[in-house]
Amino acid sequence: MRSRIMDKIAMGILWANGFLTIAILAMIIGYVVVKGLPAMSLGFIFTSPHGIEQSGGIFPTIVASLYVTILTVIFTTPIAVGAAVYLSEYVKQGRLVTIIRFGADTLSGVPSIVLGLFGLALFVYILGFGWSMLSGALTLTLMALPILMRTTEDALKAVPNAWRQGSMGLGATKWQTIRRVILPAALPRILTCVVLAVGRVFGETAVLMFTVGMAINLPFFPNEPGRAMTTHLYLLATEGISMKTAYGTALLLMAIILLFNLSARKIFNKTQR
Amino acid sequence: MNFLKWRERALESLFLICALTAIVGVLLVFIFVTIKGFPIFEKVGVLKFLFSLDWSPSDNKFGILTFIIGSFLVTAGALALGAPMAIMTAIFLSEIAPKRVQKLVRPAVELLAGIPSVVYGFFGILIIVPVVRTLFGGSGLGLLTGWIILAIMILPTIATISEDAIRAVPKSFREASFGMGATRWQTIWRVVLPAAKNGLIGATILGMGRAIGETMAVLMVLGNAPIIPKSLVGPVGALTSIIALNMSYASGDHQTALFGMGIVLFMISFFFVALIRLISRKRS
Repeated sequence: MRSRIMDKIAMGILWANGFLTIAILAMIIGYVVVKGLPAMSLGFIFTSPHGIEQSGGIFPTIVASLYVTILTVIFTTPIAVGAAVYLSEYVKQGRLVTIIRFGADTLSGVPSIVLGLFGLALFVYILGFGWSMLSGALTLTLMALPILMRTTEDALKAVPNAWRQGSMGLGATKWQTIRRVILPAALPRILTCVVLAVGRVFGETAVLMFTVGMAINLPFFPNEPGRAMTTHLYLLATEGISMKTAYGTALLLMAIILLFNLSARKIFNKTQR
Repeated sequence: MNFLKWRERALESLFLICALTAIVGVLLVFIFVTIKGFPIFEKVGVLKFLFSLDWSPSDNKFGILTFIIGSFLVTAGALALGAPMAIMTAIFLSEIAPKRVQKLVRPAVELLAGIPSVVYGFFGILIIVPVVRTLFGGSGLGLLTGWIILAIMILPTIATISEDAIRAVPKSFREASFGMGATRWQTIWRVVLPAAKNGLIGATILGMGRAIGETMAVLMVLGNAPIIPKSLVGPVGALTSIIALNMSYASGDHQTALFGMGIVLFMISFFFVALIRLISRKRS
């Protein structure tokens, strides 16, 4: 009898906990949406901040965030896919692979503030790129690489072995098999991985503060500085300059990241059918 | 034929180089942070840097023990709050929740993982800080607020990996337990959780690494005072938040000291990754 009661209590707690996670998420999103909606307008998205109050829009920060993110994807994707091909198609085990995996794990464990320090030291100071889109993207590449490598490897491994054997059996070389059979088959899943990584990069702050800078600037060339949306939100929120703009920025930031995550899910679901 | 063979070789090397980028990257990070930070070890001495409580850059005193303790205090509390919740969520998802409920909770966990840390910090300032201030006094910026925010932030990390570990426990274990008349909770507590133990520990360590490396949210809610907090609501500084806060104006030795703290953080995160490796090797 006691164990029955125990069971009931435990189940009750587990259910309550499950719904608590939903409640927390709903609270965060709900709060940001309710507070941010009044600030939202086309003008907010498409004009620049002005005045000490930083009223007006946040257009340059949106552009800076997108700029860095796109540049990061361009740098990261080829390297990550190449690395994943090596780990899933060429050498699957052995000492070297163990070291590579350990390196990737270590890299993904490096705190973002340390990556920021690194980017500041190497790209901004030593190589003289200054606070720029390029410095930011190069640093973020190191953040995105291990994530994308791991997920892309899983995507490649999901391609059935029979396809590989079939292609090789027809006399195709390894590269032909990879290019004509494996990569096309894994492409939608790789795309999902890329979009998910984009979400992570877009929300990064610490790295961007140190490598892209804080100056509000509409970047055109990669050697120009700027201020990312996340940095903007941080400065607005902690310096108490304009709470209304802060709410709006938070909402837009969340909306963009949500959009990335949902589209990744959509692409993934399509491939499952 | 020869050309084909040559091309195969060349491409394999190219892919190898891509794979090696991960190692090169991590080495670069370590080397350049060390180059910028190492002089502080020579200047004040490694032991004094690590084990002195005296941090006052304007007087050339660079002891970071306060922040090391701060970081571990913040992390310990966040784990104590977040890990049980996360593991319960994992149990709920894999053992109890009907498919329909799973379809609600799992995306919620994934979305929590996707929220940027600066938004968590923002949310912390606006909601958690006033609540803590009203209930417990103080300014609201401090240890307890940091615990709550970090607990929410590490929940998805620990929950996702714990769920994988729990799902990896063979069905037959559960069937045997039910067959002997055990209740659902007895099966979970006595059979499933012990079998998944190593995975759960690994997940928790990963969450710990996340918490100790977290910067923005912590920066926004800790108060960042160079003291060891005397109460739950007292302000506290973590390694990450102090680096971020000071970097914008630090120069000379002060800046070198911040890079020195970066070396310490790198070492800590490296230690956690190695620990997880060790545990997962034991399992297999």
